[in-house]
Amino acid sequence: MTEYEEMWQGLGLDVERHRALAEHTAAQFREQVLWQENRPRAMGYFDEVIHRAHSGRVCEIIAHKEAGGKFIGTFCVYVPEEIALALGVLPLALCGGTAFSVPYAERVFPRDMCPLVKSTLGLAFSKTCPYAPLEDMSVGETTCDAKKKTWDVLAERADFHVMEVPQKKSPRDAALWYEEVLAFKERLEDLTGKRLEADSLSQAVRLLNRRRRGLARLHSFRNLAAPPLSGLDTLVVTQAAFTDDAERFAVSLERLNEDLEERVARGVSVGREGAKRIMITGCPSVAGNWKLHHLLESSGALVVCDETCTGTRYFENLVPEADGDLEAQLRAIADRYLKTECACFSPNDERIESVLRLAEEYRVAGAVQYVLQYCHGYNLEAIRVASALKQKGIPSLKIETDYSQEDTGQLRTRIEAFLEML
Amino acid sequence: MNGLVLGIDLGSRTTKMVTLDGERVESFRIFDTDHDPMRKVRQAMEGLKFEAVTATGYGRHLLKVEFADGVVSEIKACARGAAFVRPACTTVVDIGGQDCKAIRVAPDGDFDDFEMNDRCAAGTGRFMEVMARALGWEIEQFWREALAADAAAPISSMCTVFAESEVVSLVTSGGDRRRIALGLHHAIVARLESLISRVEPEGEMLLVGGGAKNGCIVGLLGERLGIRVFVPENPQIVPAIGAALIAAESARGKEGDS
Repeated sequence: MTEYEEMWQGLGLDVERHRALAEHTAAQFREQVLWQENRPRAMGYFDEVIHRAHSGRVCEIIAHKEAGGKFIGTFCVYVPEEIALALGVLPLALCGGTAFSVPYAERVFPRDMCPLVKSTLGLAFSKTCPYAPLEDMSVGETTCDAKKKTWDVLAERADFHVMEVPQKKSPRDAALWYEEVLAFKERLEDLTGKRLEADSLSQAVRLLNRRRRGLARLHSFRNLAAPPLSGLDTLVVTQAAFTDDAERFAVSLERLNEDLEERVARGVSVGREGAKRIMITGCPSVAGNWKLHHLLESSGALVVCDETCTGTRYFENLVPEADGDLEAQLRAIADRYLKTECACFSPNDERIESVLRLAEEYRVAGAVQYVLQYCHGYNLEAIRVASALKQKGIPSLKIETDYSQEDTGQLRTRIEAFLEML
Repeated sequence: MNGLVLGIDLGSRTTKMVTLDGERVESFRIFDTDHDPMRKVRQAMEGLKFEAVTATGYGRHLLKVEFADGVVSEIKACARGAAFVRPACTTVVDIGGQDCKAIRVAPDGDFDDFEMNDRCAAGTGRFMEVMARALGWEIEQFWREALAADAAAPISSMCTVFAESEVVSLVTSGGDRRRIALGLHHAIVARLESLISRVEPEGEMLLVGGGAKNGCIVGLLGERLGIRVFVPENPQIVPAIGAALIAAESARGKEGDS
């Protein structure tokens, strides 16, 4: 048994099954990401973050806990991580992107639930998630029905805190959300036995803004006529942000951005001259899920923009950096997160405006609306998004799919035809 | 150079090959796609002389490795083929072995909109095969018997798995087989109608693919959509004709280059 396998066994994981999961994920990564030629050398770091998510990163979490820190699992970009970091709590996104664990969830849950929720649950149920046994608390939110009821089930086996994300955007909803941010802070204060200090909060705000600025810079390279990085690799970097140490990630990203700057200066691009510029809008692609980007880019398209929670919704809007006054900082944090344009809102005109703005900014030839199967919010909002895009003369294609590979033949036909049509 | 070009449509259930001589279909072949599709294509290609070949269908990328100069999606191939065999058509619907496509044909013979069912087999050739078998008929008898029915049994499910159970329960409760068959055809056509209406059909519609040989569907579809539905003589080879036309273009392109 390897050192890591001993660690997993110590955490109560099924080591054999975990080995199968690791092989499955590595094969997916090889087939769907590593086929690309001429990747920047600095991408190596981010590939490693993905590969070490269950090994090296888990060791770091154990060390953090041994030093007295707490660890929480999150499932949504609505969770204000600044507050956790400021209290010495390490947050990590636990959303599942693998088809491997889905059957384990389906033993208990209905089939017609989104693959993201099933994959996440399946990892916990199949004893292949090394984070679950380490969590001091999980933080859920109310962005969809599947998630809400999942939290109820998981709350029976672990300490669970649910943040209520409002469904409308009136001042009353903003007031509710601010209360929820305060309740989250209080819950973490109880967990750690510490009081949130203004100084440490402003430091955490600066750190996460630094990460957001790095991601914004990274994504802005895609605006060039000949981008130095593929859409797939941009996704891999963004996925890495969800698991890596925030500061180390920010530093590594700045290094990659410098590399890309240099590539641009030397006229090095991902090539594919004449490739159709495509925007992906809708559901996120979390680590383990490279399906849509791979299908699009291996069919000759270039994904130049992601209006998703693993794209612009993750890094757009900074928290104003103001020292002092704790309450003002918390209000600024609440305001920033409430600008996240999730399909759980009604109405959600701001998202439609963002899609149109980004389509223009990134000069896209077409948009692919990505709907994880059974995600009713994005599936239904796709109707208004498609008609808004059509009015601007931008064709769109809706792809509704899960994490399995069984429909890739049909999807490839639809994607190739869409690209031929543009 | 004999001026012949070849289009191959390696579909999920059958493979279609068409050789085109200018504006004329010189020959065509249709055979079942099996577990080793390349072996059969190799056999069929023996002795064939042609200037260029374009592949389409599910196996298009497989063909590209060994034979084809180019590949094209079934959608584009189908639109081109439709504009060739029936220039007046503005919509083409392809009922294939495991999918259905509705395509709006642009005035230049290309396409400007399309809809395709995703992983669900409802309304496809496969669905018809399963239902015909559940009723104890061959595929052709299935629609002929439906046409002879005096009324349609209500069928609520369009899922291949559930509809089969529904058919079995209707049969075992003494339901009339012809009525059940007609009910199934109504269900298929309702499904097709919702797919087709998304591309806003108008004018004349061309129906192609193996499913177009089903006379009951052709009649019901025309009635429901209220537009003229035309079925060409060999509806299965239309996408292969389109692929051959695209092969001809690439052959002309090559001549232009040299």
